[in-house]
Amino acid sequence: MQSDNRPLSPHLQIYRLPLTAITSITHRLSGLLLGLGAFGMVYWLVALASGPEAYAAAQAAAGSVIGQIVMILFSLALFYHLANGIRHLFWDAGYGFELETAHRTGQAAIAAAVVLTIIAWVIGYSVGGA
Amino acid sequence: MSEFRTPIKDARGLGSSHFGVGHWWAQRTTALALIPLLLWFVIGIAVHGGADYAAAREWVGSPVTAVLMVVTLGAVFYHGALGVQVVIEDYVDGEGLKLVLLLLVRAAAILLALAGIFAVLSIAFGG
Repeated sequence: MQSDNRPLSPHLQIYRLPLTAITSITHRLSGLLLGLGAFGMVYWLVALASGPEAYAAAQAAAGSVIGQIVMILFSLALFYHLANGIRHLFWDAGYGFELETAHRTGQAAIAAAVVLTIIAWVIGYSVGGA
Repeated sequence: MSEFRTPIKDARGLGSSHFGVGHWWAQRTTALALIPLLLWFVIGIAVHGGADYAAAREWVGSPVTAVLMVVTLGAVFYHGALGVQVVIEDYVDGEGLKLVLLLLVRAAAILLALAGIFAVLSIAFGG
């Protein structure tokens, strides 16, 4: 039994992950992050249902600098997960597995996430003021 | 003459998860539904998120918003629970801890979804 010739799984601290691997683990991480974001969604709705004081507290938290940064990160995670999720749906349907295609759709998902996040916040700051 | 059933009957649902492909399909169908729902939600929050108390209640409580919000909450927490379940199954070692975490995630998802839905409905019906 020759054991030193076996293929090794990538050594994560040395191996430079290809874009397809980065987009894959980021999909998972952004999904977990969005699980936390869903707490914020429910908190805002419950505060709005609870009365003016609770709503004012929620708005103050969301409007603070930290609150805005957290919400920008949540929106970026959401748009990334959404764009990359569409990529996954195409894979599930059997399309887009060629290396070149997978690489380009990965770049497209990242670009779409950034652009959609910027658009959402331009709308938010110009129309909604939040 | 004892078997009119096809052999698929004996195999269906007996994969390693014992749930067949139900989880896979539920994850994908909720994903599809969430594409338009979350685009609507983000635009809605971007436009109305800074509204004062009365205006925010009017927006959330309007029939179209209330229905879409309830559907969104259901799909988000269903999809989210399925997704976190897979992560736990992939990374958590030990059947006991895994089972506890799976139950906690499912319980949290149900509680949060119901809290959000109840909030929306109370705003819509409370006027």
